[in-house]
Amino acid sequence: MTRDQADVVVIGGGLHGLSAALYLARAGKGVVILERAWVGRHASGATAAGVRTLGRDLAEVPISLEAMDMWHRIETIVGDACGFHAHGQIRVAETERHLTELNERAAKLRQLGYAHEEIIDASELRRLVPALSTHCVGALVARRDGAADPHRALSAFRRSCEAAGVTIHEGCGVTAIERQGADWLIRAGEQGFVAPAIVNAAGAWAARVASLIGDDIALGMKASMMIVTERLAPLLEPVVSAVGRSLSFKQSGQGTLVIGGGLQGKADLDTQLSSVDYRELAKGARAATDLFPCVRDVRIIRTWAGMEAKTADLLPVIGPSPNAPGVIHAFGFSGHGFQLVPVVGAIVCDLLVHGKTERQIEAFAAKRLMARKAAA
Amino acid sequence: MKRVDVLIVGAGPAGMAAAVAARRFGLDVLVVDDQPAPGGQIWRSVETVAATARGAILGESYQSGLSTAEAFRACGAAYEPGTQLWQIEPGFRAYLSRDRKAWTLEARAVVLATGAQERPVPFPGWTLPGVLTVGAAQILLKSSGQIPDKPVWVAGSGPLPLLYLTQLLRAGGQVAGYLDTTPPGRLRVALPHLPKALRAAGDLLKGFGWATTLRLRGIPVIKHVTDVEATGKDRVEAIRYRTADGKDATAPAELLLVHEGVVPNIHAPLALGCAVAWRDDQDCYVPVLDRWGETSQSNLFVAGDGAGIAGATAAVLRGELAALRIAERLGRTDAQAAETAAAPLLLRLGRELALRPFLDALFKPRPQIFAPSDDTIVCRCEEITAGGIRAMVEVGQPGPNQVKAFTRAGMGPCQGRQCGYTVTRILAAAEGRSAADVGFYRVRPPLKPITLGELAGLEQEAVP
Amino acid sequence: MFRKLHEPAAQAVTIYIDGAPVAAETGESVAAVLLRQSPLWSRMTPVSQSARAPYCMMGVCFECLAQVDGEASVQTCLTQVRDGMRVERQRGKRSLFA
Repeated sequence: MTRDQADVVVIGGGLHGLSAALYLARAGKGVVILERAWVGRHASGATAAGVRTLGRDLAEVPISLEAMDMWHRIETIVGDACGFHAHGQIRVAETERHLTELNERAAKLRQLGYAHEEIIDASELRRLVPALSTHCVGALVARRDGAADPHRALSAFRRSCEAAGVTIHEGCGVTAIERQGADWLIRAGEQGFVAPAIVNAAGAWAARVASLIGDDIALGMKASMMIVTERLAPLLEPVVSAVGRSLSFKQSGQGTLVIGGGLQGKADLDTQLSSVDYRELAKGARAATDLFPCVRDVRIIRTWAGMEAKTADLLPVIGPSPNAPGVIHAFGFSGHGFQLVPVVGAIVCDLLVHGKTERQIEAFAAKRLMARKAAA
Repeated sequence: MKRVDVLIVGAGPAGMAAAVAARRFGLDVLVVDDQPAPGGQIWRSVETVAATARGAILGESYQSGLSTAEAFRACGAAYEPGTQLWQIEPGFRAYLSRDRKAWTLEARAVVLATGAQERPVPFPGWTLPGVLTVGAAQILLKSSGQIPDKPVWVAGSGPLPLLYLTQLLRAGGQVAGYLDTTPPGRLRVALPHLPKALRAAGDLLKGFGWATTLRLRGIPVIKHVTDVEATGKDRVEAIRYRTADGKDATAPAELLLVHEGVVPNIHAPLALGCAVAWRDDQDCYVPVLDRWGETSQSNLFVAGDGAGIAGATAAVLRGELAALRIAERLGRTDAQAAETAAAPLLLRLGRELALRPFLDALFKPRPQIFAPSDDTIVCRCEEITAGGIRAMVEVGQPGPNQVKAFTRAGMGPCQGRQCGYTVTRILAAAEGRSAADVGFYRVRPPLKPITLGELAGLEQEAVP
Repeated sequence: MFRKLHEPAAQAVTIYIDGAPVAAETGESVAAVLLRQSPLWSRMTPVSQSARAPYCMMGVCFECLAQVDGEASVQTCLTQVRDGMRVERQRGKRSLFA
């Protein structure tokens, strides 16, 4: 078995792993990323890449707002704009009852001192999204939100990591982790890596990795489905969702419509294969055509179901392992991790380099998902 | 929801034969096909054309399809033309689409008889209007009774260009020249396979007869062509070609027809998770099948050229074998009777397949097909060049799916039908791996692009 | 381009390509008719507005796409002509606004 020494081993070559590695490398650490398949194989490659503060759980709002500032200067962080646009994210109300719900949300946020979610009326909604069905009565909008290009983001983060001296091993799946003095010995088949610190960014497989270092964290999985259509002339600029519907509707830089929303297909963690359930996906197509009647004859070119982690409270796990020294968890983003990528890497770096962070991550502690151990 | 015993996808020789055979056992059969009339590719429009002057031009092998089509129409199978299969799930649940409406169907057994397609041959200018496959030109003759209006250039290798040129000349068309891309020395390599082929010597002699006809008509036949290019603005205006001795030549051209062999359609089997095997001798994937044509998925069969290129007679036999096995599976006959009925079919199939090793060796694609120049478009849909693919191989050993994610190659409506093999071979060459090792794109549904409205309409279907 | 052989028995129909009447016959595909037209190109690609025309005639290349009777991106090689059919060539990305 080979033995490579590093300061930090990052397990998982998705965007969160890349982000953590980037910040750590820039802080002077020798970083190795171990990726079982290839960089961006799973959630990061299957994401709709919405860059969204809109509608987040209150616990996520502080770090999400900081991440949004980072997206607005993402070129200074990873050397590429990553296809990011800030045409806004809009949550549409189809009925008055929905609009009441949205008003309550906006009021609550204002109470807490946040101004980033704004109620708009039907005429402003029509102005922002002319293609939207006229039955919609109003919406909640986050004007600084938008979307990016997931593969451009992956390429930019990867290039930046490599430029900062990070070593990336693809086709390198972790098979065992054990203590070796003050260090961890991480095995990937015949390869061994020794480091005092580990970042667990293994996505849907993060609980398996956690168990290798002795943390028993409850983690589920989502297999959210997506539709991509043929390319169209510009149709809409903001990203649109709707109260009471599983729908996320946007147009990419290439002109394709990217339609998600969290309808579930089927996935298998062991084979790493997923499949689309068309009878479920029909609901997404129905939501899209109800809200945008003009897209009924638009052709679907591709569909897929991604594989990502899901926690019971839909909040991520970000923070040090309660048991294992030098291990930081960063996973469980439950379908809304893309926007948080730039800030989570900074948080992980804070924790490993300074032993603490100023960013608000209390709600993301791993302990909340771990069974209480009976006193010995 | 509608249920049938057997769903047959494809109404070509194999699909029709499977339907007729399955109906003999009283099975409830539905045949769907994306064409408007039965016949597949080889017997396109045979019902309306066989008995006409055009039928005589096309020849006996074509006209013989009429009796199969008649038997098919009379056999009692339900037949839905103009219908696209866009997904099929184990069990089986098939998803179909026609006239802006999608629906699902359950079947106890499925026969995929979706045939073959021409091997994609990327070269500079191949996307220009006026460049078509030889198969396309033959379809135009069969279904539309139309031929090139000026002397046409044909570039390629194999029996099909020779057959088409013979038909074209009979129809009064003109040929500017035939660029034979068969590399030198192929006959010598192929000859050892000939003894097995002698049982099918009739076909062989026919092939040599065609080549002789061309020379006798004074048509330029340029042998050992290694590269072809088409140039022009918004359409083909000229071609350039290079021969094995390194010499280049150009000629004005309005139409260029190309053909470098035929490969099985593997999209549906791949989407269904069937095992496929790379065939070095044929430079393509073939579904893994038992002697009945059953895939690695129980009760899912492949019949016809989709099982391996072998022609119409073999396709008919394979269709009958699949139907026999299905009849046994569904309790309409017993194992002994099925074996007895299969024996003569297998014998005749063996004879049909006897010529293949010789033809495969004789017409093995030239290596230049798999190594297009950097500026050649490889993915026609997304307009990605060979250079764009090669640029991905800087670090590590990316496979086709990784390359697809980062370059968009394979993301267009054809879903890799025109670029898949080329991408696989480019990666294999760049990474020093075999094509079998590199693999093929992961093929995902929809197999054909359906509209959002069609998918939305599925929600309306009554749940059983 | 292509031309039809003389076949007096065939049944004539008229289709409209970008508004102009064109002679066709029952039993042939729209793509076949497009290949008899000048200019030969029948589509401009959505990626780079490059000129394309039918290539495979059997439904596996998607170059023959056109709008047929108001339905966009139809594979014209799989569509038989009908008297009065309206065919529009697609130029670049389709716009959904009128």
